Amino acid sequence: MTRDSVRRTVAGRAIPMPGNDIDTDRIIPARYLKSVTFEGLGEHVFGDDRLQDPEHPFNQAAYAGATILLVGQNFGCGSSREHAPEALRRWGIRAIVGGSFGEIFFGNCTAIGIPCVTAAGDDLDWLHRAVAREPAAAMTLDLEARQLRVGDRTVRVAIPDGARGQLLGGTWNATGVLLEAGDGIDRVAAALPYVSGY
Amino acid sequence: MAETLLDKVWRAHTVRTLPSGQTQLFIGLHLVHEVTSPQAFQMLREAGLRVRMPGRTFATVDHIVPTASQRRPFGDPVAEEMTAHLVRNCEESGIPLFDLESGRQGIVHVIGPELGLTHPGMTIACGDSHTSTHGALGALAFGIGTSQVRDVLATQCLAMAKPKLRQVRVEGKLPRGVYAKDVILSIIQRLGVNGGVGYAYEYAGSAIEAMTMEERLTVCNMSIEGGARAGYVNPDRTTFDFLRGRPYAPRGAAFDRAVAWWRGMATDLDARFDDVVRLDAGAMEPVVTWGINPGQSVGIGQRIPDPAQAPEADRPAWREALAFMDLEPGEPVAGTRIDVAFIGSCTNGRLSDLRAAAEVARGRTVARGVRALVVPGSQAVAKAAEAEGLHEVFQAAGFEWRKAGCSMCLGMNEDKLKGREMSASSSNRNFKGRQGSPTGRTLLMSPAMVAAAAVAGAVTDVREVLR
Repeated sequence: MTRDSVRRTVAGRAIPMPGNDIDTDRIIPARYLKSVTFEGLGEHVFGDDRLQDPEHPFNQAAYAGATILLVGQNFGCGSSREHAPEALRRWGIRAIVGGSFGEIFFGNCTAIGIPCVTAAGDDLDWLHRAVAREPAAAMTLDLEARQLRVGDRTVRVAIPDGARGQLLGGTWNATGVLLEAGDGIDRVAAALPYVSGY
Repeated sequence: MAETLLDKVWRAHTVRTLPSGQTQLFIGLHLVHEVTSPQAFQMLREAGLRVRMPGRTFATVDHIVPTASQRRPFGDPVAEEMTAHLVRNCEESGIPLFDLESGRQGIVHVIGPELGLTHPGMTIACGDSHTSTHGALGALAFGIGTSQVRDVLATQCLAMAKPKLRQVRVEGKLPRGVYAKDVILSIIQRLGVNGGVGYAYEYAGSAIEAMTMEERLTVCNMSIEGGARAGYVNPDRTTFDFLRGRPYAPRGAAFDRAVAWWRGMATDLDARFDDVVRLDAGAMEPVVTWGINPGQSVGIGQRIPDPAQAPEADRPAWREALAFMDLEPGEPVAGTRIDVAFIGSCTNGRLSDLRAAAEVARGRTVARGVRALVVPGSQAVAKAAEAEGLHEVFQAAGFEWRKAGCSMCLGMNEDKLKGREMSASSSNRNFKGRQGSPTGRTLLMSPAMVAAAAVAGAVTDVREVLR
């Protein structure tokens, strides 16, 4: 854990990505996975959708520089590719607010320090409308208080305790914490029949 | 207290509770492939860490390998580079690699069970969302991302929250021409593509119990398409018979001891679930998707649905899907013209899938203008199919007989749709652009239905072909 890794608040403008069940193939098409690094993924985020739709939010200058992504239900379903959150992060996204998330995507975002929080349906609808009306609206996601503050309005947001604990504790890169178990790992392994050859 | 398999496996693999409240879970089997692992090995190097238990990780190449000629160096320099990275990472770490010369290469979720690496009661992880496949043997198997691949390489553990458990009971007897693929597509149609978020699925009931292991693998494979990160079937006689004699299965007296442990890991009779749903196998028919996610589907006898009749919240998504697919509401799904037929993938690339498709293809001819591919899921599947002469059946009918790999399931190799082509596919995802063309279209169905569509040039009820 370092001071840099603690995620308490994310402030900035938002970009709306309406619709449900947006899969990770759409966030980053598979041909951009043909690499041994994550470099350059940011410019290809929603690559195919943007080519087919000039009005796509990620094509609009008004949303350039946004840090908070507003989505619908089941965002990030499908493939486990961590290239999807990496592409969003490299574009500039630092937090995602939605109705629900694909679970592997949620875990991948947490693992690179991007909080994914959920808001109630009415609040989410209001947020989408507010940002479409005023792309320059500033907002702050406060993980500690479980709030998203937009102007004088405060929206309740939720995040599972485990992921919240990792982000607030700066332990979202789990390797270090997992290594602390030391011999405990080997003891569990040794007790498993399939490890010892039955 | 009565426990589920999920409870028992979770408890046996718990190292400790983490400060975040999550569980530190020991991972018994880790599988890696060339696409989601190179960055993880690099992160490990940058952190100055080594692979903790190289004997518990196995690797293969599947996503980017060409299926026409597999001679190296590959024609595609990036595919060659990714393969070379995997070979080097495995050599440096002491991880066994089933490469193209091994005779054991194939799609990672086909070779795990096939080699007997997958055991009941295990925890399994792989940087691939279809890792849920391995649950068919009574394992708890999770798809993970690259950072978590790093975690498993470095610690053989994951930080995870225990999911809730839903039992999905499929009772009754499947009619002829209705396959495991139709069962899982029916389940997703009923529960939705996000119905499983927060849950693992336990598949049970007489129809699941009657299934062969390969059929169970197909069902568990698409758990993630229903939002469930893991899905499993309790280990039983079918499981033990499947494992006996496989290269990495225990032998002799150890096998008998293993069976006793495996049996004990199954869900207890009076265990409780967070939710239970029931489906009637006897009422199922062949299923075809009409949209851009695996939940947008109808029975072969039905019509393309009208968004006007959808729940209000779903209407925009249905309209978007129909516009992308260029399908008309109210038209029968049967008769939809196709350009490409793809039989293969970790969902339906096993021997029984190829047999079912060959039964349809035998003595028939692929319709003019249709490009038809059969891609075995592994080198072992290819060898077994060739020993039965299935490749000749397919070739005589006008299908191309390819080498093992992920192929046209995901558009990361040379096998791709072109332009607006419509594909009848035995794979698992009909997402926009999934099969390699940004505007290409996918109709998911069983391998036998794909073969029937290839012959007719259009979506067809395989039950009429088999009659």
